[in-house]
Amino acid sequence: MLEQLSNLDGISGREDSVRSYLLECLKEAPLETSVDTMGNLLVRKGKTVQKPLMISAHMDEVGLMITSIDKKGMLNFNPVGGIDSRVLPGTRVRFGDACKPGVIGVKPIHLQKAEEQEKPFDPETLYIDGGFSSEAEACRHAKVGDYAAFDIDCISFGADCYRGKAFDDRAGCLILLKLLLEDNGLNFSAAFTVQEEVGTRGAIIAANHLKPRFALVVETTAAADTPDNENKQAGTVLGDGPAISIMDRTLMVSRRMREGLVALAEKRALPYHYRRFTGAGTEGGAIALSGEGVQTAVVSVPCRYIHSPNSVISRRDIDNTMSLVRAWLEKHQ
Amino acid sequence: MNDQTLVDIVKDLTSISGISGHESAAVERAATYFGKYCDKMKLDRFGNLVAMKKADRVDENRIIIALVAHIDEIGALVTSVEKGGFLRFTPVGGIDPRVLPGQAVVVHGKDNYDGVIGATAPHLLTDQESKKTVPIEKLFIDTGYSFDFVNAHIKVGDPVSLGRKTCYMEEGHMITGKALDNRAGVASLILCAAELGGLHHQADVCFIASLQEEVGLRGAITAAYGLNPDLAVAVDVTHGDVAGVDEKYTFKPGQGPVIAVGPNFHPVLSEELQHIAGEYNLSRQLEAIPGNSHTDAWAIQVSREGTPTGLVSIPLRYMHSTVEMVAVSDLISTGRLLAWLISGMNSSFIGRLKGC
Repeated sequence: MLEQLSNLDGISGREDSVRSYLLECLKEAPLETSVDTMGNLLVRKGKTVQKPLMISAHMDEVGLMITSIDKKGMLNFNPVGGIDSRVLPGTRVRFGDACKPGVIGVKPIHLQKAEEQEKPFDPETLYIDGGFSSEAEACRHAKVGDYAAFDIDCISFGADCYRGKAFDDRAGCLILLKLLLEDNGLNFSAAFTVQEEVGTRGAIIAANHLKPRFALVVETTAAADTPDNENKQAGTVLGDGPAISIMDRTLMVSRRMREGLVALAEKRALPYHYRRFTGAGTEGGAIALSGEGVQTAVVSVPCRYIHSPNSVISRRDIDNTMSLVRAWLEKHQ
Repeated sequence: MNDQTLVDIVKDLTSISGISGHESAAVERAATYFGKYCDKMKLDRFGNLVAMKKADRVDENRIIIALVAHIDEIGALVTSVEKGGFLRFTPVGGIDPRVLPGQAVVVHGKDNYDGVIGATAPHLLTDQESKKTVPIEKLFIDTGYSFDFVNAHIKVGDPVSLGRKTCYMEEGHMITGKALDNRAGVASLILCAAELGGLHHQADVCFIASLQEEVGLRGAITAAYGLNPDLAVAVDVTHGDVAGVDEKYTFKPGQGPVIAVGPNFHPVLSEELQHIAGEYNLSRQLEAIPGNSHTDAWAIQVSREGTPTGLVSIPLRYMHSTVEMVAVSDLISTGRLLAWLISGMNSSFIGRLKGC
């Protein structure tokens, strides 16, 4: 299921295929679903309660948007969401509604001067080559505003992992989906949100609609357990279980909720660790400030090479994160 | 051979890894195609594939023509297994470190293991860091396995190939993928062999899939010596047009094979290739190479007492990346041009080469 979710292309503002897939999965289940004006998918499970619980995960992923088509039929683009442009040279994308293949090629090493390699390619000079022979041909198959996603298929990887794109935050979507579909007797609302990567836009209105008392954001976060990252103010570790946030750029995590999550993990003998890295935002910030304020916490699945074409995530971490989220829902019924 | 068959051959040939020095699987796969059209096949002592299609008419003297395309591709070798099971590597052939972060690879240890070249999350990068190139020695491969597993199954010296499935681009009739340098050339030779089935030729033709071109044209040295052909044509790729490079240095995919002229090539042969292209109304391009062509032709020309050598190149964009791109029509034209050259070959032409 993660494979399928990861292979769907849903860049911020065009999450349709992810939402359709989720709706298809949910359609037989006794759930109340609705889609709002921005495209958030809101699902209620069980009965209405006095202190409603909200769990959220974003459907969108980072990617590219075609901004113009040049005289030679090459497609210029801008990133959608935070992408280190150094991962773009030498990647293949699929663009437009028909998912046409295109490549981001660069000047070959043979034609470079040695010193050119010291500096990364200027992102302004990168373009997508769809193999078109002219501007007119390109315009027949691509248009300004088309999205381009990494052309990557998710695979089982290593001992217990997956390799692919968009685990941020399809891993979270998977956890929400499974909790909605399983027969657990829980009462809660799940928000599959849009446009997280461009400023947690979807969560703002989703939270206003659901008016939760407590919210738990289920995210995917950067793992920094790779060589030469030891001195970073430590992100998270693949295989160490859910990462519980302390704070991030948008949110001071409710201390009571954070301590509650830790206590639950310990009680149920689930592995967990802290997301000691406090930069980068999540939709927790938007939810916490909705209405008159919502107590909000964030748990994340660690992910290596996040926002690159080939990220790596651990199956066990996803399972353990789901167990922790379920435990949290059970506790607050 | 129709276009679809050719595209399928290219897809199949590029699906096999064969970095310089580790080409045997790729050679084996190429042999299955040459075997359909050739009378005799062998590996020389170095490992080059030599597939011969005999003349169907006998000239007064036996003529041997070699068509040479290298089958090796760029890649890397594992140099160390580090804490956490991460691998460091050294490139085989010329690779720009800037096309590697976030790329899929396959590590060929006790088994084949999928890997990825790590790229730090943008969230964790400082502005300073994202403005610098990560040099090759700082890049690493993650296989998703623990140190103990990696240490038991992958060792220093194991080859690493780039991982990318080849893909056909319908609108522009192009192919994109890795190792098109020079499986595109090998595929052209296969097409040439197929075309020759419908033509008469007085020369014995040897199709050679040469090894280790990317690390110094090494296979071509022994192949040319062993075969001692009367003339040879190397088939390789040349640079396709790319933004940031003056058009005078590059060639347009789709506008035909590129015939090379210059000191590395026998002028009569270069002239003949252009003449044939003209006669058959084949669109072609001309590349003036003032010295070393950096292709197998450079080694073959000075083999034994000298071998008249030519070079036909396929324009290829983004060389030595996993998104190389060629036009299907150029592969077909290249194969046909060579087939026509061979069908017109006779002793008097070989004589003209000697007079030079």
